Amino acid sequence: MFAASFRLAFYATAICLLISYPIAYVVSRETPQVQSVFMVLLMVPMWINFLLRTYAWMSILENNGLLNKLLVLLGIGKVSIINTEAAVALGMVYNYLPFMLLPILTVLQKLDRSLLEASSDLGANGVRTFLRVVFPLSLPGVLSGVTMVFVPSVSTFVISKLLGGGKTLLLGDLIEMQFLGNAYNPYIGSAVSIVMMLIVLVCMFVMNKFGDGGEETSMF
Amino acid sequence: MSTELIRLKDCVMTFDGETVLKSINLYINDKEFLTLLGPSGCGKTTTLRIIGGFEKPTSGDIFFDGKRVNDLPPYRRRVNTVFQKYALFPHLNVYENIAFGLRIAKQTESEIKSRVGAALELVGLTNFDKRRVTQMSGGQQQRVAIARAIVNQPEVLLLDEPLGALDLKMRKEMQVELKRIQRQVGITFIYVTHDQEEALTMSDTVAVMRGGVIEQIGTPVDIYNEPKNAFVADFIGESNILPGTMHKDFDVTFGGVRWVCVDKGFDTESPVDVVIRPEDIQLVSTDDSPIKGRVLSVTFKGVHYESTIEADGYNWLIHSTKAPNVGENVGLFLTPEDIHIMHKSAGEAKAEGGDSY
Ligand SMILES: Nc1ncnc2c1ncn2[C@@H]1O[C@H](COP(=O)(O)OP(=O)(O)OP(=O)(O)O)[C@@H](O)[C@H]1O
Ligand SMILES: [Mg+2]
Repeated sequence: MFAASFRLAFYATAICLLISYPIAYVVSRETPQVQSVFMVLLMVPMWINFLLRTYAWMSILENNGLLNKLLVLLGIGKVSIINTEAAVALGMVYNYLPFMLLPILTVLQKLDRSLLEASSDLGANGVRTFLRVVFPLSLPGVLSGVTMVFVPSVSTFVISKLLGGGKTLLLGDLIEMQFLGNAYNPYIGSAVSIVMMLIVLVCMFVMNKFGDGGEETSMF
Repeated sequence: MSTELIRLKDCVMTFDGETVLKSINLYINDKEFLTLLGPSGCGKTTTLRIIGGFEKPTSGDIFFDGKRVNDLPPYRRRVNTVFQKYALFPHLNVYENIAFGLRIAKQTESEIKSRVGAALELVGLTNFDKRRVTQMSGGQQQRVAIARAIVNQPEVLLLDEPLGALDLKMRKEMQVELKRIQRQVGITFIYVTHDQEEALTMSDTVAVMRGGVIEQIGTPVDIYNEPKNAFVADFIGESNILPGTMHKDFDVTFGGVRWVCVDKGFDTESPVDVVIRPEDIQLVSTDDSPIKGRVLSVTFKGVHYESTIEADGYNWLIHSTKAPNVGENVGLFLTPEDIHIMHKSAGEAKAEGGDSY
């Protein structure tokens, strides 16, 4: 259960990062007008309640839901994705994506253009400038994004309940059951909470070390 | 005569409808030390950025070795830049900042080590290699910026006020060092400064700019001795600039007195600007001079005294080794060679690019 929680949170974080970075990179190079339109588009879904959005995914991923209807229409055939780990991971990615995108976008926006010129001046083409200047300088944003996706992912219980159908039991679900569910046992619940918190803290500490103590990453 | 390396042809630069460079024509020879000199906002950095490839001219062309390079990105030009605002990489330490270009050029680790070491020594930062650039003073950062550019031994080095943040002593030392490197390694320097003394002492050629126009281009001696108009004369060194009338060749009136001068070729009875260097004027007793004035102020300037002397409604600036007394009446003595006659500079002065030298 510990393993499943951390594994899923890890996948969700990695996928969020892979999606967010290219988007943030492209958006950061657009004009301010385009950037603010993008921000609005990103924020609007977040104004809808988190539970409602997850319920919406439930009906999309159902065996007779929107996704499968579309796949049938395209002649691919049905997939059964609801109540699997994949569905849970998808729910996490969807819900927490903005928390990855925003910090990365912010550091990329603040990146000093003259550094890119200096790099080009010293002979580095676009790819090398990205690898040697842009990416290292955006690491603080990446780290805070990773933190802000990983921590809620590892402790979520609503997403796994709704999209995992109770089959994928995560730490969050376990804790919830001890307090609100049938297996009422606040002692075990508290113990698991503490253990989880410690593990998360250790993870964050290690990551912050990597981030060289950049200001953006010092969330604690 | 050395060969031409870079040429700017009719380069115009417009930002949001505002014309910042008005038709710059300029050529730079191989291994030449060219300085762009001019007041703040006159377009020096913009000209440099066009040469470096960071800006494309709105119209006009730039050539390297006769080939048009308007669309060549900076990383494909054989040019390195010392940026006015340094633009050091904050995530790298001093050593890695300087090594950046060498690593891109895939030099061996031992080659990098020796060249970065030499560059650090050159700028006097030998023991700073592990330091983060964010933890250095402005002058130190500026020296890292110089080292980072020079270590690559480019064909052309662009330096945008590279010594601006240094104290006088350090600046003089670095001037000598830069000049030595330029000669030894044989690099073409395009140097920006608004320090006229720096421009005159270091350059082979000086281009004086104003408002996006090259007012005059020539050797330091030519520019100093034969400024084309009152603006150049004033910018290249403090000057007394008086309105005058040129009657005929070698015959001029200014300051209420008729003088013999060495200039000719002006229209008869044409209005002119008369430029006289403060150090060319001698203080004599009132009997020996047609210009009599009263000393308003005297300031000690180290090498000389700077005095202001009011005569006939004009305040003369005078540099002399002996100090007059404030309030004293003195005479001003000029020889014909001290009098420089210029056409009125009502913005009519046209830059002739590199053709004048
Ligand atoms: N990117 C830009 N957008 C708009 N205007 C610009 C831009 N870059 C420069 N300018 C304008 O162009 C003019 C010349 O600027 P430039 O930086 O070339 O001056 P400079 O001679 O280097 O001055 P300084 O000695 O102060 O560095 C200035 O009026 C400046 O406001
Ligand atoms: Mg400038």
